[in-house]
Amino acid sequence: MTVVFDGIASGLLLFLISVGLSVTLGLMNFVNLAHGSFAMLGGYICVILLNRHGMPFLAALPIVTLASALAGVVLERTLYRRLYGASHLDQVLFSIGLVFMSISTAHYFFGAQQQPLQLPPMLSGQFNLPGVDIGVYRLFLIVVGLSIAVALQWMITSTRFGAQLRAAVDNPRAARGLGIDVDRVFVLTFALGSALAGLGGALGVEMLGLDPEFPVKYIVYFLIVVAVGGSGNIKGSLYASLIIGICDVAGKYYVPQIGAFVIYAVMVVTLIFRPQGLFGRSAAK
Amino acid sequence: MRHLKKSIVAAAFTLAASLPALAADPIKIGLVLPMTGPFAAYGKQIEHGVKLYLATKGDTFGGRKVELIVKDDAPGTAGDVSKRLAQELVIKDKVDILAGFGLTPSAFAVAPVATEAKKPMVVMNAATSAVTTKSNYLVRTSMTLPQITAPIATWASKNGIKKVFTLVADYGPGHDAEGQFKKTFTAAGGEIVGEVRAPVKNPDFAPFLQKIKDTKPDAVFIFLPPGAETIAFMKGFTERGLTAAGIRLIATGDLPDEDILEAIGDAALGLITSFHYSEAHKSPENKAYTEAYYKAYPKDRPNFMSMGGYDGMHLIAEVLKKTGGNADAEKFVEAAKGMKWTSPRGPISIDPVTRDIVQTIYIRKVERVAGKLQNVEFDQVNEFKDPGKQ
Amino acid sequence: MSMPPSSVDSAFSATPLRDASRWHPAEYAFWVLPVLAYFVFGENLSLLSQIAIAALFCLSLDLILGYAGIVSLGHAAFFGVGAYAAGLLAKHGWGDPLLGLAAAAAIAAAAGFVTSFLVLRGSDLTRLMVTLGVAVMLYEGANKATAFTGGVDGLQGVEVKPILGMFSFDLYGKTAYWYSLAVLFVMFWLARRLVHSPFGLSLRGIRQNVGRMPAIGAPVNGRLVAVYTIGAAYAGVAGGLLTQTTQFVSLDVLSFSRSAELLLILVLGGTGRLYGALIGTMVFMTAHHFLSGINPQYWQFWLGAALVLVVLFARDGIMGLLQKLGTRWTKPA
Repeated sequence: MTVVFDGIASGLLLFLISVGLSVTLGLMNFVNLAHGSFAMLGGYICVILLNRHGMPFLAALPIVTLASALAGVVLERTLYRRLYGASHLDQVLFSIGLVFMSISTAHYFFGAQQQPLQLPPMLSGQFNLPGVDIGVYRLFLIVVGLSIAVALQWMITSTRFGAQLRAAVDNPRAARGLGIDVDRVFVLTFALGSALAGLGGALGVEMLGLDPEFPVKYIVYFLIVVAVGGSGNIKGSLYASLIIGICDVAGKYYVPQIGAFVIYAVMVVTLIFRPQGLFGRSAAK
Repeated sequence: MRHLKKSIVAAAFTLAASLPALAADPIKIGLVLPMTGPFAAYGKQIEHGVKLYLATKGDTFGGRKVELIVKDDAPGTAGDVSKRLAQELVIKDKVDILAGFGLTPSAFAVAPVATEAKKPMVVMNAATSAVTTKSNYLVRTSMTLPQITAPIATWASKNGIKKVFTLVADYGPGHDAEGQFKKTFTAAGGEIVGEVRAPVKNPDFAPFLQKIKDTKPDAVFIFLPPGAETIAFMKGFTERGLTAAGIRLIATGDLPDEDILEAIGDAALGLITSFHYSEAHKSPENKAYTEAYYKAYPKDRPNFMSMGGYDGMHLIAEVLKKTGGNADAEKFVEAAKGMKWTSPRGPISIDPVTRDIVQTIYIRKVERVAGKLQNVEFDQVNEFKDPGKQ
Repeated sequence: MSMPPSSVDSAFSATPLRDASRWHPAEYAFWVLPVLAYFVFGENLSLLSQIAIAALFCLSLDLILGYAGIVSLGHAAFFGVGAYAAGLLAKHGWGDPLLGLAAAAAIAAAAGFVTSFLVLRGSDLTRLMVTLGVAVMLYEGANKATAFTGGVDGLQGVEVKPILGMFSFDLYGKTAYWYSLAVLFVMFWLARRLVHSPFGLSLRGIRQNVGRMPAIGAPVNGRLVAVYTIGAAYAGVAGGLLTQTTQFVSLDVLSFSRSAELLLILVLGGTGRLYGALIGTMVFMTAHHFLSGINPQYWQFWLGAALVLVVLFARDGIMGLLQKLGTRWTKPA
């Protein structure tokens, strides 16, 4: 039982750190490999607020989210928007450039070492139910992750903004013709993606650590979630994260010899049978 | 940094004033280190140690002024890059001595260059036992993996630990540590009740921790590359209540490295390790060393890597003093063999047979000292040679 | 660095096939450069040979990405397979370099053939991730098999015999340079013939319009499998070369960062032009070398800034830029 719980928590951690990419890559169709840089930014802001200003962890999270969103807006206005029409490969090149710059910048300001983060007592420790040990922080991750998934899914499918966004991505010209302010929709969505990345980074520090290499270290995980889930799909990312998390934890528990292969094997097998991902639109470009 | 520069300049001036006649060629030392990428912290610390030595002990060795050339061999695990840089240092920059080497593959790949170019090679970190066998001109001033692993196994067997679960990162050094621990521990009558090799890149230790919890050993021996994985494991260990369940945690001392100790936080308290250097080592040499370190690098903490760099420079300085500034590889190695000195880490010497380091290995426990987490030494094994070569 | 003023490719669509495959004078000039470099940068030969090897590796990706449109984030898999094949052969006594390269090519081609069936379907993202997955699993496998590959410590005891029994590898890297360069040239020449052959044209057709190719009788899957296999063989040769010139194999040959950097270099240079791969490698590795020499700790920042600027102001990579300049020069005349 504990294995299943840990798997779910592990999956939601994956979801939290990659959901921002599902938004930018999946919804806006922009290959933003610098997603990890936004996550790292969130992580560093969180660490600074906690360690230098003594702010409580839970109070810091909203600030982190806002700050990352703001950084997203600034970069979108100055740089990203120029590349919406560019090919995917150009976007890759561009965002990798940003990743390199962010690594050096973090290195310069914070040094190469891991950053410390102390969770408040109410979020650490473990309590035991019959047959299952529940880590408090893991439970917290599950709750936050699920709330975000539900909120996002609702926003995209059931709100006016969600409809505008889908229209703007599918056909910007027609959307403009219908009076949708495509520019505004894109900047808001990008801000949302960055905010989620920052939040995911801050929540992930406890388990993933934080150093300047963060953006490249976990890039593979972000991409796996989005690819397996199918792009343009929050629900898909959630299910993909859960499947990968549970398979990974169970694989390592029962057959530790193949521990390193599980995630990748799950991904390759899924993509062989469903090249568009679990919930991908088959008409994707 | 400014302090450091000032003192270097000051040192240079005094020397220039006192030795006007001895205008010998500078001695060029090429440092091959990972300065960026995942192991950037290694390069930084080693470079700190090297520069600190020059700043505090003077930068003229055997009458020749030291000129440092640093090359970034990031990622540090790509032998082809390290080898190319070493070749360039020899051919283009005409260095007299090759030094540095954060990781084993880099040392392995460069060793043939040292042999062919007949240049002394001073290894300041790379810890795989076999490194020193790859060139006759190679001397090591850091440690070897078996050397820091065996003492903790011996200590465990003598201190009421009968059943041990081993968890190592699934790569070469992890396998070596696992092998050495098992050998020493079972020879002393201990029992290995479980062993796991965790993937090197492993963000979540939950399944392994759960397995350990279900096995209920007396202690867990871990070997993980220092970094995010170590932190995740240590935090998970406490979170899952393994400490509370009476399971002790033992490891090699690179795990609670001063660089990441604060990032692990209180979860590290009580961890027992064996290692050759601790910032908290009590000796006048170490006191002077750590004070100078904080003065030069207030943002970082002295650790074993900067120590390896510092002692590497000390070795080069002493050898050149002995040879009168002659850095010929044969003469250099002859002079280095059997050399003994008291380093900030304690008494050390160079084994005349293997050219590897012989040093005291300490058993330490993580405690909070004056608000800082420290590895406090409470036991030791004197003049311990690398058991990997016996 | 002098560059060819106009590319072979720009003329392609307008002129008959024969003209396109004919060597342009600028190409002769281009191949004089590495010979000149030997005399000018004689102290940097090991860097130059690694540039030649990386260029060959990049060429292999250009074959599958630039000509067949298969994006890969795991091309280091074949580079690594080739590197280990050559390394293990040499370690166990078969140290003849040319034999080693042949073996590297053959084994990498086999690996390419087997995995090619995985990349036939799917979008760019799917292909990126499948190739990445395969490469990462190979990496983990090589990492675990320490007895066989040396794991992360690297494969040692690679003893390479003199080339053709005459030229042994020296400290200055002279032999290594000429050897790498010769192999690069031969492989380039072959690749050039390949892409101008009917086979190469059918690949472009597939890239441009998959739906229509079967209609003119070109088997799409068969062609993709073939080119993927050839690309893998090329990467294998590059890996084998690296092993032989450094006499060491580190696990890093299979790493994700090697694949990612390769893709970066190719996009930077410009895809689908062969010369884009070569020039991209030259520019990238030289920039990397100088920046990291000047500023060992923070050079990545400047490299990143350069990439961002290239995308913002020079789409289509360096070759695209050159082509634009080239047409501007030649057209008015």
